[in-house]
Amino acid sequence: MANHGVLLALLLLLPLHCFSFSEENPTDRRILVLVDDLAIRSSHSIFFKSLETRGFDLDFKLSDDPKLTLQRYGHYLYDGLVLFSPSTQRFGGSVDMAAILDFVDAGHDLILAADSSASDLVRGIATECGVDFDEDPEAVVIDHTSYAVSETEGDHTLIASDSFINSNVILGDKKIEAPVLFQGIGHSLNSANSLVLKVLSASPSAYSANPKAKLSSPPSLTGSAISLVSVVQARNNARILISGSLALFSNRFLRSGVLKVGSSVKYEKSGNEQFVTEISKWVFHERGHLKAVNVKHNKAGEKSEPAIYRINDDLEYSLEIYEWSGTSWKPYIADDVQVQFYMMSPYVLKTLSNDQKGLYSTSFKVPDVYGVFQFKVEYQRLGYTSLSLAKQIPVRPFRHNEYERFIPAAFPYYGASFSTMAGFFIFTIVYLYNK
Amino acid sequence: MGAIKADPSSKAPIASSPYSFFPFLKALRLKTKQQELLLRASALCLIYVLAFAIRLFSVLRYESMIHEFDPYFNYRTTLFLTRNGALEFWNWFDSESWYPLGRIIGGTLFPGLMVTAAAIYKTLHFLRFAVHIREVCVLTAPFFASNTAIVAYFFGKEVWDSGAGLVAAALIAICPGYISRSVAGSYDNEGVAIFALLLTFYLFVKAVNTGSLAWALASAFGYFYMVSAWGGYVFIINLLPLYALVLLVTGRYSMRLYVAYNCMYVLGMLLAMQIRFVGFQHVQSGEHMAAMGVFFLMQVFYFLDWVKYLLNDPKQFHAFLRITLTCAISVGALALGVGTASGYISPWTGRFYSLLDPTYAKDHIPIIASVSEHQPTAWSSFMFDFHILLFLFPAGLYFCFKRLSDATIFLVMYGLTSMYFAGVMVRLILVATPAVCLISAIAISATIKNLTSLLRTKSKALQSSVSKGAASLKASAKASFDQALPFQKNGAIALLFGAFYLLSRYAIHCTWVTSEAYSSPSIVLAARGAHGGRVIFDDYREAYFWLRQNTPQDAKIMSWWDYGYQITAMGNRTVIVDNNTWNNTHIATVGRAMSSYEDEAYEIMQSLDVDYVLVVFGGVTGYSSDDINKFLWMVRIGGGVFPVIKEPDYLVNGEYRVDKGAAPKMLNCLMYKLSYYRFGELTTEYGKPPGYDRARGVEIGNKDVKLEYLEEAFTTSNWIVRIYKVKPPKNRW
Repeated sequence: MANHGVLLALLLLLPLHCFSFSEENPTDRRILVLVDDLAIRSSHSIFFKSLETRGFDLDFKLSDDPKLTLQRYGHYLYDGLVLFSPSTQRFGGSVDMAAILDFVDAGHDLILAADSSASDLVRGIATECGVDFDEDPEAVVIDHTSYAVSETEGDHTLIASDSFINSNVILGDKKIEAPVLFQGIGHSLNSANSLVLKVLSASPSAYSANPKAKLSSPPSLTGSAISLVSVVQARNNARILISGSLALFSNRFLRSGVLKVGSSVKYEKSGNEQFVTEISKWVFHERGHLKAVNVKHNKAGEKSEPAIYRINDDLEYSLEIYEWSGTSWKPYIADDVQVQFYMMSPYVLKTLSNDQKGLYSTSFKVPDVYGVFQFKVEYQRLGYTSLSLAKQIPVRPFRHNEYERFIPAAFPYYGASFSTMAGFFIFTIVYLYNK
Repeated sequence: MGAIKADPSSKAPIASSPYSFFPFLKALRLKTKQQELLLRASALCLIYVLAFAIRLFSVLRYESMIHEFDPYFNYRTTLFLTRNGALEFWNWFDSESWYPLGRIIGGTLFPGLMVTAAAIYKTLHFLRFAVHIREVCVLTAPFFASNTAIVAYFFGKEVWDSGAGLVAAALIAICPGYISRSVAGSYDNEGVAIFALLLTFYLFVKAVNTGSLAWALASAFGYFYMVSAWGGYVFIINLLPLYALVLLVTGRYSMRLYVAYNCMYVLGMLLAMQIRFVGFQHVQSGEHMAAMGVFFLMQVFYFLDWVKYLLNDPKQFHAFLRITLTCAISVGALALGVGTASGYISPWTGRFYSLLDPTYAKDHIPIIASVSEHQPTAWSSFMFDFHILLFLFPAGLYFCFKRLSDATIFLVMYGLTSMYFAGVMVRLILVATPAVCLISAIAISATIKNLTSLLRTKSKALQSSVSKGAASLKASAKASFDQALPFQKNGAIALLFGAFYLLSRYAIHCTWVTSEAYSSPSIVLAARGAHGGRVIFDDYREAYFWLRQNTPQDAKIMSWWDYGYQITAMGNRTVIVDNNTWNNTHIATVGRAMSSYEDEAYEIMQSLDVDYVLVVFGGVTGYSSDDINKFLWMVRIGGGVFPVIKEPDYLVNGEYRVDKGAAPKMLNCLMYKLSYYRFGELTTEYGKPPGYDRARGVEIGNKDVKLEYLEEAFTTSNWIVRIYKVKPPKNRW
């Protein structure tokens, strides 16, 4: 609500992004990767390479590097953060949990991967993002009906999951055919958080428990309530990815073939590479990023924007919406963008028509109610950045000289007054001169 | 009063001494009548200056500024009027108040005051006095108080004699009941309205006395000015028909009354309808029906007179009278009934109703009852505002009854009705003040005149009474009076001294009251410090300037409605509700937010796009008219519209408290939290525990106030105004 009056829709859209990357080019550029052990750099090199080939500058640091810092002189040094350091108890330098959350709240993106060694710090960050890892530190996700067949592991903790979120924006247009290999801890979504989404969930037969111990009590997390990978798109459009498995990103999982138990199809290559590539594109704003520009409104037939409308004015409202394709802005085409003319409740709700080039427009009549209205566009679609534009405009009643001067309904009254005047005049003459 | 006392001393130099020294002045020697005129004129001039000067305490003591709450709105509108002109003012739609509803200011105010101030401002500028509009606004009320004194003189002269007029002018010039609303800086409608009220009455009485159309026309214009200035015009439009009715009933009907009333009513009505805020109410609303009824009654009366004259036969006339009266009354009743039932004639407003039934507002309209100036008047405030006039008033009534005329009847009715209203509502003491002054002036003037004439004409009276002998009862009484001559003379002297003593006490009282009670601007608070020095709390302006400097241009401020006008005028920010209480639901919504828990309040504030919340808190300074003390009214007003808010939830055994024994809901509602946030850490008074509330004299019950959805943005140096920022929704949730 605080940014109602900001006139530029652009600033509304990206209120805090200004120093990290330009509004014109919302994809992240500089990414800090924090690892427990620099070996991860090579063990997860395929994932990192794919990022680098897409143009990102990766900066690898040990998570306990004493010179670690996210910002300098109030400016953030990075646009995105990859936390591949599940067991870190404390970050080095000036970074702590609050600093990371501030980093996100300043509009930057975060990929967080945990595993069974996840520290309280990592769990705490996840909790702040609406994701609760299983409280039992020994518990991992076990699935006896949809595990991936492998030679070494027999405890069914290597899961092959293919229940993805149904969103082309998040996971790309190409369907992920092969199941994704997952080995790690499960989490549940905090029901109070309306922004967090399950991207990869476990099968109904999965549960979260310690595989080495005997189950003494029913596991706290079971079935498809277990989320394996979740994303959050914050209100400022910062994107967060939380995965319960660091190995999901590893070269080993990316390269390995997968055979889901009970399935006859053996995939030569798991879906992991496609999955992590596509979802990292989403997280780092290479996809699903909308911008609204040129929000305009004016009286029908006029060009300039008035400071105030009158009741029953006809007005035109238009805006342009573009989608970032990773390299350029392309017109966004949809038929469900709506504008509200709003004063405590919407008085007018119109679907905007578009010209296939990104220009959305409509025209309507100002209601017969005066007050301070807002043009509101609340466009929230799965995976896309949310567009919430509000532009305040007062609506005044008629001025004294804007009413009709003579109305037919009043002719009897005009007649009455003029006839009275004439009658009085005649009466005066008769009275005075007729004695 | 000073002017009156000046009379004997100023008489001497003019009458005798200069001539002996400067013989050429003999040519300028005045006749007695001219001397009297000169005296009267100079006394009036002194009164004129006095009435203005006594109202300047606040300007001298503080600075030239606008006081209170409503005057800030008047000032803002006047500023708009002078800057943008009359047409823009007429069509002004203000989007800065009552967000998001807005307010059509041009159509919902009485423009008389603003137009008057703007006219004075334009005149001064035309005369090349480059004054600021604020100075004009500050001094408008004293200027009109001076004019009122002059009108009071003419009124008194019309009703009684010029002596009474002079006394009335002097009394009203310094009467605290009037000063309370007309000190410099109190730029409110009442300032000019009392002048207009008295002027209308004076011109009407003049019209009734003379039967002249011209005076009636003048009275109609006076009424027009009154209507343009203040909603209290309803008093005029009900008093005049009542007066006409009384004259009809008592058989004092005359052609003079007919001319005066009809001309005044018809023209006054047409003129009043030109004021946008009144418009058709003047012919449609219940408050104005009495005037119309009497108007028609007058026509029936006149018609009957005419028929009687034509018929010249008592028997026939009586039959006719019966039929006509029955017809007229039934037609009138039918019209009223149909009009009311169809909604064409609106019923009485709550405000009007609460005047007739003082308990009405308390039960039905908390928003009216919550205003302190709408409370029934305490006996002490009568004494405070009228002082000796209070017991001179009955004496004056006695004199009026003794010399009954159309004019004195009017004065008696004005006095009695306005005294009743003054008893019902504190602020209406103002309306009663001119009547009380006039009637008391008659008492003073008549008494002093009697006493002095007794002193002067003693020998003549003695001779005449002796020579005439005891012929009648009256004469014998007079004779017995005269026989006690030595005592009578001494008694008269003693009584005269007594009267002068009382009058000088009155003058002292008035000056003291004006200086101590009525000259504080209330926007700047003054208190006596520990060492007796004057301590100034300028927290309100500090807060409003903070808002102006530190918040976005279009920030919306939520506060209780008392501060709305000041925030828009001084802080230049949009408010949710303000002192123009036209929308009860909107105010109740704010009341509900203030009395809810923080999370519920947050939703309400989100729906109203609130950016900042402003509360007034007196716990540090001991300032008692703060929001915690007003809080029960917020609960009542909120509960009146939203039954989820229940007053008993905030009380413990019917008792309102903020300490440890307070109700749990009270300790956790938004208003409590905002008022006492971080207050538990503060030691306010030596020897008391931290968190000791000086306004209520208790240690607060919830010292650990945590805010989740709001954050403290600004607290003024004495904690009187606290401003909180409403946080945006959480980013990740």
